[in-house]
Amino acid sequence: MSVAGATGALESVQDRLRAKATSMRRRRMRLLPYALLAPSLLFLALFTYLPIVRVLVDSLFDKPHGTGAGEAFVGLGNYARVLADPAFRQAALNNLVYALGVLIPTLVLALAFALAVQRSTRLSAVLRTIFFLPSLVPLVAAASLFFFIFLPGVGLLDHYLAKLGLSGPNWLGNSDVALWSVIGLTVWKNAGYYMLFYIAGLQNVPRDTLEAAMIDGANAWQRLRFVILPALAPTTAFVTVIALIQLLTSVDHVIVLTRGGPSNATNLVLYYIFQAAHENFEYGKAAAATLISVAVLLALSLGSLRVMERGARGNG
Amino acid sequence: MARHQLARRLPGAMLVALLSAVAFLWASPFLWTVVASFRPEGAGSAGMASLLPDFTPTLENFRNALESGTFGLYYVNTLVVVTGLLAVQCVTVSLAGYAFARLRFPGRDALFYAFLLQLMLVPPALIVPNLRTVVDLGLYDSLPGVMAPYFASAFGTFLMRQTFLALPRDFEEAAAIDGAPWWAIVWYVLLPMAKPGLIAFAIVSVTAHWNEFLWPLMVINSPANQTLTIGLAAFTRGAEGGKEWGVLAAGTLLVMAPLAVAFVTFQRRFVDSFVFSGVKG
Repeated sequence: MSVAGATGALESVQDRLRAKATSMRRRRMRLLPYALLAPSLLFLALFTYLPIVRVLVDSLFDKPHGTGAGEAFVGLGNYARVLADPAFRQAALNNLVYALGVLIPTLVLALAFALAVQRSTRLSAVLRTIFFLPSLVPLVAAASLFFFIFLPGVGLLDHYLAKLGLSGPNWLGNSDVALWSVIGLTVWKNAGYYMLFYIAGLQNVPRDTLEAAMIDGANAWQRLRFVILPALAPTTAFVTVIALIQLLTSVDHVIVLTRGGPSNATNLVLYYIFQAAHENFEYGKAAAATLISVAVLLALSLGSLRVMERGARGNG
Repeated sequence: MARHQLARRLPGAMLVALLSAVAFLWASPFLWTVVASFRPEGAGSAGMASLLPDFTPTLENFRNALESGTFGLYYVNTLVVVTGLLAVQCVTVSLAGYAFARLRFPGRDALFYAFLLQLMLVPPALIVPNLRTVVDLGLYDSLPGVMAPYFASAFGTFLMRQTFLALPRDFEEAAAIDGAPWWAIVWYVLLPMAKPGLIAFAIVSVTAHWNEFLWPLMVINSPANQTLTIGLAAFTRGAEGGKEWGVLAAGTLLVMAPLAVAFVTFQRRFVDSFVFSGVKG
């Protein structure tokens, strides 16, 4: 074997080794994206996908708590029981009233606040802080404050109403009023948060259209109705969706203030679920109710996505 | 002329007056908390509900709140949850955000939608099945159990993806030509430039979990593991007697103060972060 031949063989071995290393690196690089996503996917699997499977399965079984009896397959029995439960119907109805009762005043106030504080003056900065601050405090802390505000007789509200010669109802104890008191708290808490989106949205209102409307003699109301509101439609659609999701998934104030009472007047769906699972240990019922509310959440999000897509097409 | 000016300014002045009245109404729960928390027990003729500070301020209520509520421990627990969670989230969302922003791979769009599902199926809606998972993992009644459902964040991933997408590719390409491995590119090149995105995410995450109540309430059982919001809720329900209101106001103030102070100090950053947190669609 000649020296040249040996060198050639050595080179071809080196080439092969190099090619192998490159292909290994290529394969590693091919797997890299999945490796980077793995930690997130693990936790999404555990706490977003698995729970859906779990409630699907759990909702089909009944496991009486504390009797020692095993699980029994009941088919759609839990759904039938939940839908027939007057407390659940009441909670669903309350949740609808609560969602609309909060959403409408919140949107109006958020827009009004945004219009009032959009200019960057010192007063605007102070007002913006005041309006936004409630959305930064825990819902539990807001509930603590309003517990005192709503206190019959000696609370902040009744104290100052008495000075005006008025007397209020039992804000949290009267079943006709309690849900509206909770709605009032939530409006106070949320309006400033959605104000931020309207402040951002107002920057996209076309300046020249606004000026043209002014030159044409449109008054403030007409400018709002025909120029500003249409330009803010995507903001309103978006805020409506995140607000509704939020209104279906937070009940901290109900837990602290009323525990769903008096006589289920402030029971909301998530509180009903919490109670079924945490206090009554009726997991089948809780699972069925969870799945119903998840279906509503998904329908809401997907429906709104479609609406927003249509809106985007209309604008573009 | 003067009358004309007055007529023109009157609506404006009325608007300012109306706005000030609404702002006062909006601030009154906070005003009351501050006034009541410094009011000595039984002081002031106008009663607990008065917004007027007609007394010599005292720190007695804060002392009582700190002693009766073991607030110190709750503070530590909440801090552990908030910082531990943020540390894990920063890793998961940076890695996933980088993968979605810079790498091409089969199934990328499908996986991205799989992430976005979490924006609709928010963890609070899934408390019942998630509690069972936490029990199965042996994390019941522990602070990691409170954090676990939030370790992956669709919102954070999306935010970091957008942040990375907005960065110029020149620096990474230069680093890649010099033979830098992907992790060095992420750590030394991309993350320093993506700091505003991370800060925005941190503000939203810390606020959300400082304020969270229902999930920790379900996961935590022993008093030693309770967080601030659980402590405050128990405190509120215990304080129904008329005497305790000053202490309750002080306790509420202690829970709200850190975020409120941070907000007033870094107002612009907060506002930008929250607006971005919404503009994720």
